[in-house]
Amino acid sequence: MLVKQISVFVENREGKMREIAGILKENKIDIKTISLADTSDYGMLRMIVSDAEKAYEVLRDAGYPSKVTELLAVRSSNYAGCLYDILDALSNSVDNIEYLYTLPDEGEPYIVFKVADPETAEALMKEKGY
Amino acid sequence: MIWNEAKECMSRDEMQNLQSKRLVKQVSYVYHNVEYYRKKMQAAGIEPGDIKGLEDLTKLPFTTKNDLRDTYPTGLFAVPRSQIVRIHASSGTTGKATVVGYTRRDIEIWSECVARVMTMADLTNEDTIQISYGYGLFTGGLGAHYGAEYIGATAVPTSTGNTKKQLAMMCDLGVTAICCTPSYLMYLTEAIEEQGLLPQLKLRRSINGAEPWTEEMRKQLEERLHIHAHDIYGLSEIMGPGVAGDCEFHKGLHVNEDHFLPEIISPETFETVDDGVTGELVFTTLTKEGIPLIRYRTKDLTSITHEKCECGRTTARLSRFKGRSDDMLIIRGVNVFPSQVEAALLEMGETTANYLMIVDRVNNLDTLEIQVEVDEKFFSDEIRELENLTRKIAHNLQQALLIQPKVTLVEPKTLQRSEGKAVRVIDKRKLV
Ligand SMILES: [Zn+2]
Ligand SMILES: [Zn+2]
Repeated sequence: MLVKQISVFVENREGKMREIAGILKENKIDIKTISLADTSDYGMLRMIVSDAEKAYEVLRDAGYPSKVTELLAVRSSNYAGCLYDILDALSNSVDNIEYLYTLPDEGEPYIVFKVADPETAEALMKEKGY
Repeated sequence: MIWNEAKECMSRDEMQNLQSKRLVKQVSYVYHNVEYYRKKMQAAGIEPGDIKGLEDLTKLPFTTKNDLRDTYPTGLFAVPRSQIVRIHASSGTTGKATVVGYTRRDIEIWSECVARVMTMADLTNEDTIQISYGYGLFTGGLGAHYGAEYIGATAVPTSTGNTKKQLAMMCDLGVTAICCTPSYLMYLTEAIEEQGLLPQLKLRRSINGAEPWTEEMRKQLEERLHIHAHDIYGLSEIMGPGVAGDCEFHKGLHVNEDHFLPEIISPETFETVDDGVTGELVFTTLTKEGIPLIRYRTKDLTSITHEKCECGRTTARLSRFKGRSDDMLIIRGVNVFPSQVEAALLEMGETTANYLMIVDRVNNLDTLEIQVEVDEKFFSDEIRELENLTRKIAHNLQQALLIQPKVTLVEPKTLQRSEGKAVRVIDKRKLV
């Protein structure tokens, strides 16, 4: 499955996260999952939300550099070694994984991957039964 | 077209003759009408009779901003208040403002000087000129306004601020030229692009001054707005905008040197430097009545050429300003100008040209941090990409500045935008 992610550039300043969350609340955008990568100077907030395009619009209008990207989402199962199996299957389909995080869902969570070509990866993973 | 061909296309000999005659007259006028100058000249052992022409110019003492402060508010005025028809003032970075006064004839000459510069920018009575400089004590607004009226153009005095209204006027009135600071025009350009207004604009020229800018910035403005962007220079002490301006060839700013006599000196030795060599610009007013100034040190850094221009004008030309001698930062012993940062960023074109330099001293070592705004267009959600961008900016800045800055990316529009002048430097070293 492919999912749309909204990513936002966040300066390391007090109240920034709250401000962004406030904008999403105001626009009734539901956050499904969130991940924050931080460097010493800034953070990169990555979210999967109910409406990524709308989130992009409202955040951009508020002056936050944002971007919508497609991620590959793979359903996990509850057994030891599941992540290994997924990564193993993926390793034949993609060169490089930029980052990954989980997306909770009813049932087992998805693992979302940033890869160079998510569509091709999705097709290849489907062939492998994912 | 040339506004005043007789004056702007004189041979060098004729111009020097005229300047000599006017200098002799102005020195004598100052001596007899301004007590402060009389004392200053006496202290230097000079009488008006010693100044017989241009060759004696360097015998005269310099005037600085301090002289204006010491005589605040009107001690350097050469005429009684009854003959002053207008006052302008510039805010001093430290303490008191400097106040200048104009006679009716000063205003007339000033208007003509601005008219000459507007004509260099191909403006005529057919043009509608929006004046987005501040009106008030600052010389920009009224100076440009009188010049626009002088050539018979339609002046639209929007002054600064209220960008929405500025854009509405530009669109609705078919404004063909705008006068404002280059950074404000950049700001307007972003707004115009965001709102997709370019097709509705009839803008073909801009005249920009009151702060130093770069050739790269001109290129950007010209390309993004489909205009020609002209440089105008002036300072209130000497007159206001219109002391010099550039023609369609953009090869330096033509000085209205029949009224303002330029010199370039070394800020260290005070000796005159050769044509083409960068130094501090010094002006002597030649026809000023209200507040005539002798060898006024502008602190602006530039070089001069006396070669005839392709446009036909023979007046001396100043190269693009390299900053101010008091804007110059010395960081780890290296001379650094904010304009170099701007030029490097514009050349890269992967960020906005907005930046803030923060200079500090940690353990006796100067540090330079440069905050740069992320450009939406080049934004990546991969930290690796942003780190590459940061490295690339740092590398390019190091090439330009010859010192290694720390580059920090910040959100767009967080750095102060200027409707007047932008804050580009915070030097924390002075606070210690
Ligand atoms: Zn041009
Ligand atoms: Zn020219």
